Amino acid sequence: MRRFTRLFMDLDATTATGDKLALLEAYFRGADPADAAWAVALLTGNRPKGAASTNALRDLALEVTSLPGWLIGECHAAVGDLSETIALLLPEPERTTDEPLHRTMEARVLPLMGAKEDTKRAIIRDAWAVFDADERLVYHKLIRGGFRLGVQKRLVTRALANIAGVEHDVMAHRLVGAFVPSAANYERLLNGEGDDDQHARAYPFFLAHPLEGEASALGGLSDWAAEWKWDGIRAQLIKRGGEVTLWSRGEELIAHQFPEIIAAAQQLYEGTVLDGEVLLWRDDRPLPFAALQSRLNRKVAPTHQMSLFDETRAVLVAYDLLESDGEDWRGRVFADRRRRLEAVIRSLDGETIRLSPLVDAGTWDELGSLQESARERGAEGLMLKHRGSVYGVGRTKPGDTPGWFKWKVDPYTVDAVLTAAQPGSGRRASLYTDYTFGVWDRSGEKPKLVTFAKAYSGLEQDEIERLDRWIRKHTTSKSGPFRQVETVQVFELGFEGLQESRRHKSGIAVRFPRILRWRTDKTAAEADTIETLHALLRAHTG
Amino acid sequence: MNDLVVQTECGLWCEAGGFYVDPWRPVPRAVVTHAHADHAIPGCGRYLATAGTIALMRSRMPGEIEADIPAFGERVRLGRTTVSLHPAGHVLGSAQVRIEPDDGGPVWVITGDYKVEPDPSCEAFEVVPCDVLLTESTFGLPIYRWEDPAKVFEDINGWWRSNAAEGRTTVLLTYSLGKAQRVLAGLDASNGPIGVHGAVLGPTGVYRDAGIKLPEVMHADAQHAKDLKGPGLILTPPSASGTAWLRKFKGPGGIRTAFVSGWMRVRGRRRWQSVDRGFTLSDHADWDGLLDTVRRSGARRVGVTHGSSETLARYLRESMGLDSFVVPTRFTGEGGDETETGGED
Repeated sequence: MRRFTRLFMDLDATTATGDKLALLEAYFRGADPADAAWAVALLTGNRPKGAASTNALRDLALEVTSLPGWLIGECHAAVGDLSETIALLLPEPERTTDEPLHRTMEARVLPLMGAKEDTKRAIIRDAWAVFDADERLVYHKLIRGGFRLGVQKRLVTRALANIAGVEHDVMAHRLVGAFVPSAANYERLLNGEGDDDQHARAYPFFLAHPLEGEASALGGLSDWAAEWKWDGIRAQLIKRGGEVTLWSRGEELIAHQFPEIIAAAQQLYEGTVLDGEVLLWRDDRPLPFAALQSRLNRKVAPTHQMSLFDETRAVLVAYDLLESDGEDWRGRVFADRRRRLEAVIRSLDGETIRLSPLVDAGTWDELGSLQESARERGAEGLMLKHRGSVYGVGRTKPGDTPGWFKWKVDPYTVDAVLTAAQPGSGRRASLYTDYTFGVWDRSGEKPKLVTFAKAYSGLEQDEIERLDRWIRKHTTSKSGPFRQVETVQVFELGFEGLQESRRHKSGIAVRFPRILRWRTDKTAAEADTIETLHALLRAHTG
Repeated sequence: MNDLVVQTECGLWCEAGGFYVDPWRPVPRAVVTHAHADHAIPGCGRYLATAGTIALMRSRMPGEIEADIPAFGERVRLGRTTVSLHPAGHVLGSAQVRIEPDDGGPVWVITGDYKVEPDPSCEAFEVVPCDVLLTESTFGLPIYRWEDPAKVFEDINGWWRSNAAEGRTTVLLTYSLGKAQRVLAGLDASNGPIGVHGAVLGPTGVYRDAGIKLPEVMHADAQHAKDLKGPGLILTPPSASGTAWLRKFKGPGGIRTAFVSGWMRVRGRRRWQSVDRGFTLSDHADWDGLLDTVRRSGARRVGVTHGSSETLARYLRESMGLDSFVVPTRFTGEGGDETETGGED
């Protein structure tokens, strides 16, 4: 537990990916396989769920520390994390322990599940008596089931791949599904079990550059192909060795969440890799990204919930072909790959795997007006791809001419009034950085502000600090960490899309809201109205 | 009945004595608890403070400073009061102010900033019995409890050693007056050379003159960069973090930075500072230190200022049955930063 706690703290302290990777590798190399197995499970999200509730922990902490509840609340507000707050409030342990992680899991975490309240309390109090503040923090995270380490699964995958001496994709494939923590499974993870996993390997994605300046500066329009830029999940669909896999750009396997795409891909020829966008489609247009997100979050095997999928159909809008007949096509030019792609898609039945249409225009101006209509089609703009470009790796190096550009339409913007704030979490726990915004509803006798968005990014550090001070001085009411403030400050908010929502008072939810500017030049009365948002919504949904 | 000390536009005012304590605007007569910039301001007519405080002020402020410099515990007549200064353990020369009115009314003690732990770089804190205690509350939440400083220094020295072994220069971010010298006193100089930022040099000299034993240091300038790269340790105020000046000292294995402050007790603060390590070491009293001081002072009334005032005052009232009140400070932000309340550059 001590080594794992040190790993947690060290990972937490650094933001450098290289350092995190080195820490993970050092941990795994020095760990007993039984401990390493648990670390893999915990770090990749296969953790025990809900062994103890937050309230139970809090009640027990009240009892042990004999502090008043309100004071624990104040501490929570200052720390921003209840697991940590309680860890810091408890008295120092009477004795210490050097027990290995797997012992902690077996003796102090797993037995909590399904145990009677009294038993739970005894187990937790016993743990508090031997763990120091850092160990208690990690322990709380383990038993509350909200364990997150600030490392992505792919980094853990890469560390394990380095130790095992295999490619990242191979290790990712070995880690697919729930990893059952045992020493034997850890050994199997490192040594592999036959090498059919080569089949699952994805290619690195080629990335586009944002278009800055005029599109016409790119030269002759005939050299460029234009496609709609969809707001979905970038994905690679792979058919090899009789097996189909679907990788997201985050190097996550997402096959389980999109069974209809996997089913349709069975028709592909052996040795085919397509690059495209996963979208949920209804009638003639894609659904907003939020709909996809709920799909992505599903972890349950799809066979049990097939009916859920009947409402919406997932499709893969294919726009590139990376491998055909088992041959790597990435070195061929776009025009050639596109021709082959069209042939491949034409050979398929059904519309689940479909071709990304080319957007034709005679002039850059014409293309520009089509680009402006992207929103009405459920797209975010256009992609421009040079017909003579090869499929590169990642983003083009500075200095080289990018093969792909993304030409996004400007985000939606409104001027909104700051109505409330609360401290951020984690590193921003001591500053008010989570803001709530409202716009005017002038339909009643007296205009009132209705809240419609929260945003916590987009300001410079000095602005954050200035606003933090302002908020503290202009609070009108407090409820826990949440402060209502005088409705004075106006901010220009940008967002990518919007949809109807019953959760928000305004009836509208916006996507990716962020602060574009602090409008110190505007008074609250000059901010936008809810009617502005409804007009945008009508335009958005067409 | 009027209180002996009241808060005014210019700071804490004692009418019977005709003086302010740690005024925040120039006044004719100022009693100063310690030399940090938010407590000791230039431009007052005449000061009363300890020898250490005045020496530090003279090294930091331009112009003449007219001052009375009583010894710790020495009773001085000011107006219709008797005033004495008692060690606060915060930084060199830091003092609590005891005020006894001639009219036989309650005796007040104003703690200024203080800590109760041992610190070889300044005079040890003493509890001063009184009727009304005015305490700071920078770390007035029960989440703040300090480890034994000896253990913290063991960690700092161990971290420095392992950095040096990897050819990484060690950087400690500390406030230049007080914390820097306390850290210096705890460093194991056999680990490697120690360099300090220019802002740390001045106060360090004053400490030495006052007889505080500190290891040899060099000015961390271009000339000494080659000695410090790798095995060296550099003490600098946080403002120099991330500057080109600091990058000059990058060792073959890189550079590792730690923040040394009581705020480092909370993970979010460590991450907020974006440092590699946080060492929890404070020159303020922790929760237990605050409560213990209140109890041992025997005060019936307790004013709370500078930090988590509302929280500590409520706890004293509701859980300890004391008559407590909040003394507003110049800084309206609660949970303020040590960079504000610690008064550094």
